[in-house]
Amino acid sequence: MDIFVQQLINGLTLGSIYGLIAIGYTMVFGIIGMVNFAHGDVFMVSAFIALICFLLLTTVLGITSIFLALAIVLVVAMFFTALTNWAIERVAYRPLRGSFRLAPMISAIGMSILLANFVQVSQGPRNKPVPPMIGDVIVLMERDGYQVTLAWKQVIIMVLTAALLGGFWYLVQKTSLGRAQRACEQDRKMAALLGINVDHTISLTFVIGAALAAVAGVMYLMYYGVVNFADGFVPGVKAFTAAVLGGIGSLPGAVLGGLLIGLIETFWSAYFSIEYKDVAAFSILAVTLIFLPQGLLGRPEVEKV
Amino acid sequence: MASSPASGSRLWETDPILTVEHLFMRFGGLVAVNDLSFNVGRGDITALIGPNGAGKTTVFNCITGFYKPSAGRLALAHRRAATPAEIDAATAIGERSLATGDAAVYLLERLPDYRVSGEAKVARTFQNIRLFTGMTVLENLMVAQHNALMRASGYSLRGLFGLPSWGRAARAATEKATFWLDKVGLLERADDPAGDLPYGAQRRLEIARAMCSDPILLCLDEPAAGLNPRESLELNTLLRSIRADHGTSILLIEHDMSVVMEISDHVVVLDYGTKISDGTPEAVKSDPRVIAAYLGVDEDAVEEAGAEIEEIVQTGAAS
Repeated sequence: MDIFVQQLINGLTLGSIYGLIAIGYTMVFGIIGMVNFAHGDVFMVSAFIALICFLLLTTVLGITSIFLALAIVLVVAMFFTALTNWAIERVAYRPLRGSFRLAPMISAIGMSILLANFVQVSQGPRNKPVPPMIGDVIVLMERDGYQVTLAWKQVIIMVLTAALLGGFWYLVQKTSLGRAQRACEQDRKMAALLGINVDHTISLTFVIGAALAAVAGVMYLMYYGVVNFADGFVPGVKAFTAAVLGGIGSLPGAVLGGLLIGLIETFWSAYFSIEYKDVAAFSILAVTLIFLPQGLLGRPEVEKV
Repeated sequence: MASSPASGSRLWETDPILTVEHLFMRFGGLVAVNDLSFNVGRGDITALIGPNGAGKTTVFNCITGFYKPSAGRLALAHRRAATPAEIDAATAIGERSLATGDAAVYLLERLPDYRVSGEAKVARTFQNIRLFTGMTVLENLMVAQHNALMRASGYSLRGLFGLPSWGRAARAATEKATFWLDKVGLLERADDPAGDLPYGAQRRLEIARAMCSDPILLCLDEPAAGLNPRESLELNTLLRSIRADHGTSILLIEHDMSVVMEISDHVVVLDYGTKISDGTPEAVKSDPRVIAAYLGVDEDAVEEAGAEIEEIVQTGAAS
């Protein structure tokens, strides 16, 4: 029971991070039908931006309030990551629009390699640590010397994720921008004929996706305390798995998928073997694609006639 | 607002809103539209007719920015007719549009698709309905007002924080959507998914959505297709009211001759991508070329052709 509760907390934390990344995959897929393989690396870049910004703030500017520093880091990382993803879309995907379907996907794989290698060369190949922050924990239960703890970090991650998802849901469902975004998702050509600038809307999708990935990046850095140039790949593919599991193109599906993948991974590590946790997560991808290709909350594919 | 055209006043000659000149559209070796020129009168209901495959929808696609024409000029004149000199001036300076005083000329073939609607104010509907089926009826009409709402929010996130100017614009947008829903009789279904509406209602909703973008030229691709006689009659009333109350010029493709002859002021007939007749419905109806191409040749000729085919088949079998 204690282990179960502890793993539930850990899984939800991890799942929040996956969910935020998964939204970027699912939105881009929804609007241009492309799997943006560089998205995981955009997430990794955001963690590096956060790292650099955090070190600048604490060592150079000498900000001592950790919460103030984190808030600034969050805003800075969101801004620069969004800018990076905007530029990637502009340079690597937009010129290929209207080309054959595989072309932007291959371009995305290229961008993924480029980002990982750029960070490796410019930041070095080793793990980059940040000073540990917010180490306080709340002890929820204690029995036979085993404590079930909820770290403040985890509270921050879950609360921030929930708040962001709320704001994001409002943006997509209630605002004119969100309506234009959904219209482009359904029928880009028709949206253009109603005066919506489709290119701008697609750029906006990349910007929003990157901003959410940046939040995930900051929290990843805060949670694990280290980041490495190769850290984009595995979380990226797991978030992609989450998007597929939830039903690619579905925003609530991405969040649900993220949480499920996070839970599956942590429970697998706790009860079976920690070495095989990635195998478990990725098996989900194969099983979903074979038996439930539209995902949990996805719409069944209807061929446009 | 709109001048009611008395019979005999040929607005497409005296006050054209759209001037199509030497329009060509080629798909590889196929010439879908071949050197087509015609005018659309301001405040007129203009019908573009012709047999299947005559190139009518292709012309629509060129006008609304769906296709880039292979060659030709499509000049849309806001407020008053543009003189040939003004159109030539706009063409010569290489701009997409040219404003002169209160009037403006838009060269549609140069505009990207979203600006044809957003700036030149041309809206269209489709033969196979293209609603956003996953959105509600009301949302479909709100999407069409995206530009107005974005302008009010200063193209920024200000709208999200509910500035008063944006609030007013949002209310105005909802009001306009409500007006059109009421007009097409779909007010009670505002919050239903658009895809759940019956066919005839979807057609009306598509027209309402097009009107929500404040067009000065409304292009309708077979608006009466699949409608029953009563719905068809309602459509006539709706189109007349759009023209009379909102001053919107209408260009429509239609196969239902009762609709065409009943409501149009001006008819342009296409066959194999070229214009074969152009004039008032009465003039077009009695044009022998139209009768031959559109309504088919007379019965004797059909019988003759049948006999000839039989002969060829028999000689073919004998040899």
